[in-house]
Amino acid sequence: MSSTIEIAVKGAGFLVDDARPDQIFTPEDFTEEHKMIAKTTEDFVVGEVVPEVEKIENHQFDISRRLLEKAGDLGLLGADVSEKYGGLGLDKISSTLITEKFSRAGAFSLSHGAHVGIGTLPIVFFGNETQKKNYLPGLATGEKVAAYALTEPSSGSDALSAKTTAVLNDEGTHYVLNGEKQWITNSAFADIFVVYAKINGKQFSAFIIEREYEGVSTGPEEKKMGIKGSSTRTLILDDVKVPKENLLGEAGRGHVIAFNILNVGRYKLGVGCIGASKRAIQLSAAYANERKQFGTPISQFTSIQEKLGTMVSETYAAESAIYRTGGLFEEKLGKLTEEEQEDGSKVASSIAEYAVECSLNKFAASETLDFVADEAVQIHGGYGFMSEYEVETIYRDSRINRIFEGTNEINRLLVPGTIMRKAVKGELPLLSKAEKLQEELMAMIPEEPGEAPLDQEKYLLKNMKKVLLMVSGNGAQKYGEGLEREQELLINTADIISDIYSMESAILRTEKAIQANGADKEERKLRLTQIFCQEAVNRLEANARESLIHMEEGDTLRTMLSMLRKLTRHTPVNVVALKREAAAVVLKEERFVV
Amino acid sequence: MNIFVIMKRTFDTEEKVVIENGSIDEEDVEFIINPYDEYALEEAIVLRDKHDGTVTVVTVGEEEAEKELRTALAMGVDQAVLLDIEELEGEVDHYSVSEVLAAYFIDKEIDIILGGNVAVDDGSGQVAPRVAEKLGINQVTTITKIEVEDRDVKIEREVEGDVEYVEASLPLVVTCQQGLNEPRYPSLPGIMKAKKKPLETIDVDELDLDEKKIEAKTNTLDRFLPPEKQAGKVLQGETKDQVRELVGLLRNESKVI
Repeated sequence: MSSTIEIAVKGAGFLVDDARPDQIFTPEDFTEEHKMIAKTTEDFVVGEVVPEVEKIENHQFDISRRLLEKAGDLGLLGADVSEKYGGLGLDKISSTLITEKFSRAGAFSLSHGAHVGIGTLPIVFFGNETQKKNYLPGLATGEKVAAYALTEPSSGSDALSAKTTAVLNDEGTHYVLNGEKQWITNSAFADIFVVYAKINGKQFSAFIIEREYEGVSTGPEEKKMGIKGSSTRTLILDDVKVPKENLLGEAGRGHVIAFNILNVGRYKLGVGCIGASKRAIQLSAAYANERKQFGTPISQFTSIQEKLGTMVSETYAAESAIYRTGGLFEEKLGKLTEEEQEDGSKVASSIAEYAVECSLNKFAASETLDFVADEAVQIHGGYGFMSEYEVETIYRDSRINRIFEGTNEINRLLVPGTIMRKAVKGELPLLSKAEKLQEELMAMIPEEPGEAPLDQEKYLLKNMKKVLLMVSGNGAQKYGEGLEREQELLINTADIISDIYSMESAILRTEKAIQANGADKEERKLRLTQIFCQEAVNRLEANARESLIHMEEGDTLRTMLSMLRKLTRHTPVNVVALKREAAAVVLKEERFVV
Repeated sequence: MNIFVIMKRTFDTEEKVVIENGSIDEEDVEFIINPYDEYALEEAIVLRDKHDGTVTVVTVGEEEAEKELRTALAMGVDQAVLLDIEELEGEVDHYSVSEVLAAYFIDKEIDIILGGNVAVDDGSGQVAPRVAEKLGINQVTTITKIEVEDRDVKIEREVEGDVEYVEASLPLVVTCQQGLNEPRYPSLPGIMKAKKKPLETIDVDELDLDEKKIEAKTNTLDRFLPPEKQAGKVLQGETKDQVRELVGLLRNESKVI
């Protein structure tokens, strides 16, 4: 029994085991403090940042600096820093909420996010006592601003091929760094940079570099498609002497820092996308009610309702998945003792546990936002193309999310890769499950799901997990090591896994809410779950079919396709009708409510 | 200084008011501290920081009001009191609320009570003045500046666009107007501390009150939303004719003159 529970909440455990509603965290579980923290963040952003947005977009970075300090006064920079180092040491849900609410600040949310996330966290997680004492108090108050420098002109996705070098000087006191880092958020005004370089051109390592050091400079501001109000420059290191005490973590172990910070960064990027999606929905609903054509508000047209219904159901599923991951993090990281928290490797392994979920959240939420932002512009019609309308900015700002923190393609490829590694290491009983399934499928007779709320969705979810095992098991058998080169297949697999994670997260969240309040009170959540699951199953089936057709032919293919048909057989729900109802709610409330 | 703030929770100003069957639908509605009461809270905290003492925030309501009391505590108030009227039968209006508050205050040592100028929901502006009358304490409404030195109080208040300078002495009841200060956001450390600050609930029957005597003095006959905004009218022709038409419309159609 106990081992079952463990697998369900392990990284990628959802693929081989079914979690119970009480095992996942949902937004309905927010405490009073969580809500107050969210409100303070929102009030700060709306009251202090939003009025300055235009100036920030015009690169008045003194304002960004001042606002970061103000945020620091309120404690909005110290959530992830422990009290010992001048922070607040809050739980991961609190810091998630801060990130979500900051998204309203547009490009400034990048300044905030880069500072508290990829800028500060490497020191929080991997700094030694002296480094933490030196740097964290200033970063937690906003007196100092941090940035993160990994990418180079010739190394993007292939981050470990960095050309920046570090050489210990003859006296053995300083590393001398040379190289050029590209697209560094906050670079115009950051005081502290976490920089990756190779010691003697070989050992990939992380360093803490202060702006004051001789030889540190930045290039001109980049001209970008979106997030124009964040500073993005090249960081140039010309014979920069960095005290050897500023080596972060161990020499040659920089990849551990880089990848784990990326994991957290991916999760937080997903969180920001949820916030922006909700804002776009709010704006679109209000606009659709206001805008009249043919003598009637356009919100009365069912094609507009269809858009809003999809926007809300996709956002509901993405939000459920994000906060579920947040809860997993909190369980794992929140339970580390203070001693363990000081130990970078313990922290790293806790984060790495949920690398799959982080990648899923990153690409799913960024694509949810891209879809939602696109439809938001469409609902606004020509006005949505005009810069005075906020959706125009949301649309432009959205696009980068599919690119940075690892492109969505890289993140998709990581998902099956990481899962296979876990399976081979014996962390996930995936292979035995796949074997059992083969026998099961041969004899399988489709069942009829029950009539109770969520019965059909749960039935489909169970079968979709089998579809995944069938497709990925077949791929592994057929290609072996060569599977790595079948990127289309891996990407299809990642999409299937993502839909499974989102479906399950939405189902469990809705189930938890129904258990607490009854189905009558939770019909909105039920409706959104039904819409999302139906559309996810449609996508998933198409992905599985395409993959099987690529892998097999002739009788084998026909047999496999017939198994797929058995597994996906169901009476679909009427999504058109459900979306109209979902739209009616969002149009009445003029915001995202579930 | 013994500083008290009387506070009301109101609809978030972003909320749409929906009336169903003659009453206001509160489902899914976000509540906030009445924005004018935030000025009172801010000023109370500033006064305390300057003159020492304690700030107590008091509200009349039900359990849900604990949320706004916690927010006040997170802003920096020292303690909170909920005068719980859940058990109270019969209608409640501004008169009832001020009677409950006065009953609570009757045995308290008071230097100053601050309230909002009005509540943004019903805008009556009655409760604080009624409490002052009941307690026999001087009152100054719609203040935009206050300075306390020993027992002397110098106040500026807004009067029809002009400023009136008032000198008074403690104890005093004041109501706070926009412009008095910029209320702070509850900081994250403040939020975490608020959990541990005292929040006392007093049931209304624990107060020395005759429940019959505090029943509402007003009777609500109906609630309805203002008529929906109609499309505007553009007057045309000579200025003289436009003026004549406008006056005619104001007199006969909208009946405002």
